[in-house]
Amino acid sequence: MEKEFIPRITSFVCKWCTYTGADLAGTSRLQYPTSIILLKVLCSSRIDPVFLIKSYLKGADGVLIGGCHPGDCHYETGNYHTRRRFKILTEIFSTLGLPKERLRLSWISASEGPKFAQVSNEFTDKIENLGPNNARENMFL
Amino acid sequence: MVKELQEKVKQLFKDKKVDMVIGWRKGSLPLSSSPLFINKIEDVDNLIFDETCQNNLAVYITKDKRRLVKDGKKIGVIVKGCDARSLVLYCVEKQIKRENLVIIGVPCKGVFDKRKVMEQVDNKEVLGFSVNGKEVTIKGQEFEKTLDKFEIASDSCQSCVYPDAPVFDEFITEPRKEKPDIDEFAKVDKFEELSLDDRWKKITDEYSKCVRCYACRNVCPSCYCNVCFVDQNDPQWIGKSPEITDTIIFHLIRNLHVAGRCVECGACARACPEGIDLLLLNKKITKEIKERFGYTAGINIDEKPAMQSYCENEKQDFIMG
Repeated sequence: MEKEFIPRITSFVCKWCTYTGADLAGTSRLQYPTSIILLKVLCSSRIDPVFLIKSYLKGADGVLIGGCHPGDCHYETGNYHTRRRFKILTEIFSTLGLPKERLRLSWISASEGPKFAQVSNEFTDKIENLGPNNARENMFL
Repeated sequence: MVKELQEKVKQLFKDKKVDMVIGWRKGSLPLSSSPLFINKIEDVDNLIFDETCQNNLAVYITKDKRRLVKDGKKIGVIVKGCDARSLVLYCVEKQIKRENLVIIGVPCKGVFDKRKVMEQVDNKEVLGFSVNGKEVTIKGQEFEKTLDKFEIASDSCQSCVYPDAPVFDEFITEPRKEKPDIDEFAKVDKFEELSLDDRWKKITDEYSKCVRCYACRNVCPSCYCNVCFVDQNDPQWIGKSPEITDTIIFHLIRNLHVAGRCVECGACARACPEGIDLLLLNKKITKEIKERFGYTAGINIDEKPAMQSYCENEKQDFIMG
């Protein structure tokens, strides 16, 4: 029997919006997949590209970043920087021929519990369709 | 021109406009030069400038900061176009005050890539060279070879559009008005036309040569963190061995850390003992930033680097909800 593929999605989420949003999703008893592994950071702009590239190349099937909506950042401008950095990162990914679909940036505010559940479901479905991350195999061959 | 440069530096010392000048001296090997730190007016006579002056002297401002950058100490730096852009970047990033810096521009006509020269002369011992317009005559024991200057120029010089300092206090002779008529991103465009597999293959082929000596980082003017992420042990971001996954992580992260701050001086590629084409990905990012955010590093002293600024109503078509 073939083993069922359960994706492992590393998510870096902002403490003020997305993490609280995930909390709301939990307390509202909304269903979202267990494949999402949440890592809390103080601001989405704290996420260095090294986090994402390392997660991906060391075998995470998907990497999700959650931050406040533009203009809502607790530190006023953090997520604008995240946006630019993410753009350059996806650009590098597509130049190198790495699948940029495995990276996702979403703006989820503290009141958007349902949106968090929806994004998690959507992204997990997508990763399930893409299949396991073969970066490790590719890299070591 | 070297005479004029020496006269100018002497004049600056006499007028007490500088406490120290960083320039180049003749290297101990042919086709090489060493940095020269001038504290006394007598040392000025050793100063040179020619096609072998490939070091980016701006790096000493940040890498030797504790010794060089002191309160009110005025440092003169002799710069090519790319080096001047590094200095502008330092002023923007508040590494040194503009008033403590005397930028002495020299008209750069490209520097040699020693590796390319050695290839052309079959690794025979070179004793000297002479430049005549677009031709370079390399002299060695019992041979003489005339080469095209563009062919043996460093990769970064072949695609350079800022040969003269954009910001300067003194300029030896006159800065050229027109930009060179070169397609800056020709190499990147060519790379992007390749198929996905070919691109990935080229990148892994190139980077698998890397021995992780970190020479590229040490020589890079834009890499001046107190503790680099590769040197950190707790948390350890990447493995220390030259294994391809870690190597690619290192190079990608370095590219992203200098994104929008790279001045394309090509120092990394020239310092690389394995001859890896390190400029390619940097150029790609520069192109992307120029197209999307309209920013070029080290040109304007009042403009913030693209990755340190933002625009509220930017396109965010790449974000899926």
